[in-house]
Amino acid sequence: MRAKLVSMTAAAALIFAAALLHARAGGGTVSGKVTYEGTPAKPKPIDMSKEPSCAKQHPTPVMTETVVTGPNNSLENVVVYISAGAPDDAAPSQAATFDQKGCQYIPHVLAFQVNQPLKVVNDDQTSHNIHPLAKINHEWNKSQPPGTPPFSEKFGKSEFIPVKCNIHPWMHGNFAVLKNSHYAVSGGDGSFSLPNLPPGKYTVTAWHESYGEQTQEVTITGNETKAVSFIFKAKPY
Amino acid sequence: MGKLFGVILTIIALVSAYPIVTHKYVQPEDISTHGHAIDEQLSDTMAESGFAFLGSQLLLAFFVWKFSERKAGAKISNIPGGAKLMVVAAFILIGTEVLALGVLGQKAWANVYFTAPKPDAMQVQAQAGQFAFYFRYSGPDGKFGAIHPDKIDEGNQNFFGLDPANDVESRDDIVSGELAIPVNREIQLLMHAKDVGHSFYVRELRIQQDFVPGLDLSVHFTATKTGKYEIVCTQLCGLGHYNMKAYLNVLSQEDFEKWTKQKISEQ
Repeated sequence: MRAKLVSMTAAAALIFAAALLHARAGGGTVSGKVTYEGTPAKPKPIDMSKEPSCAKQHPTPVMTETVVTGPNNSLENVVVYISAGAPDDAAPSQAATFDQKGCQYIPHVLAFQVNQPLKVVNDDQTSHNIHPLAKINHEWNKSQPPGTPPFSEKFGKSEFIPVKCNIHPWMHGNFAVLKNSHYAVSGGDGSFSLPNLPPGKYTVTAWHESYGEQTQEVTITGNETKAVSFIFKAKPY
Repeated sequence: MGKLFGVILTIIALVSAYPIVTHKYVQPEDISTHGHAIDEQLSDTMAESGFAFLGSQLLLAFFVWKFSERKAGAKISNIPGGAKLMVVAAFILIGTEVLALGVLGQKAWANVYFTAPKPDAMQVQAQAGQFAFYFRYSGPDGKFGAIHPDKIDEGNQNFFGLDPANDVESRDDIVSGELAIPVNREIQLLMHAKDVGHSFYVRELRIQQDFVPGLDLSVHFTATKTGKYEIVCTQLCGLGHYNMKAYLNVLSQEDFEKWTKQKISEQ
């Protein structure tokens, strides 16, 4: 009898723990696609001839990345994040890596959290000068000669920061410094997914460097997946 | 000891003159119609200053040789006329030299910088900014679109600040990182600086002209040989100065038309 009670309590505790874990790891998901309507600007080839070590890495010219589109009008490099409704999260200790390779920023749009370490890597045979044009955070620029080890930085406030290289004018990227861990950057097919959202009312914001911001309200009640799509107006110029 | 110093002076003077007299350092190839005048002027300047250098060094060596071992109590002889005559003579000598260089040289200089380009010269705009050159062609409509500094968007290759959304003339403008020009056609380069002082220097063209912020300057030249030549910035302009360069691509008329077509399709 006693053994039965113990085993039943244990089973109940296990179920409870599993339910708790599930609530933390599971929760609702907001997923969808970012697309555009209209005619986007044509990407332009970048002339890197002044930097032969970079130019030779690209058999065909690299194109500008301010607007990157995919099949079925999908829009890449859009940061989709929870702008309201979710509490601020503690910064993860794992660094977000921003690579400079072939005189390009990889990735073009890098999203990470407030106070999360940012690791800046120079994989080129030339010097770069990384210059995030921050307005809310402290603005800095740092030189990184070839062969120097990566350096680490942090941003203390949430902000979208354009990044440029002071040596190579065509180099251009973006940092999205966000308050919580619920964010995604749309991929080549324009899709995104924000999993693990506890029940609640959220504001989902999509940010594009040329086309601006859009928001939508979403209510999550359980373990459901809510489909949300964003359509940006493309401009030819 | 004094005599040895005279010998050393003579050796130094002759050894320094040797590579120049024998043309050991050849001029880079000249690919412009006016370059020969600049080269002749440089060679005249070198001859004149070389002659003065050798003359003064050898005279100095001679005096050291002859008078260094004066015996104690020997009489010191003065040049008649004293210091006054020497100063006057030096003024006349140096003044003539400077004037001669100026008078002879102005012809070469004025030919490049003080004459207007021919009316049919092709206009290309050159913009220097930290740390790259960009060039703009007016495109099929023959008109340059207006520049709006607030519209400059380098990540989008809008280095000149064009406004194609509202300004129709700027839509067909060709913007390029290299200066492609047709051979044997006069080019007028309209130069402006985006930020600080820079300079446009092509050795083979014998052209060197500063970009001055706030000033619209221009140079004109005609390239006579196809090929790729380096354009470098020769005004210290900041941390990336060492890396500020572009290429001059002199093309045959046919290739230039092909290049233009290709660029139009990319805009």
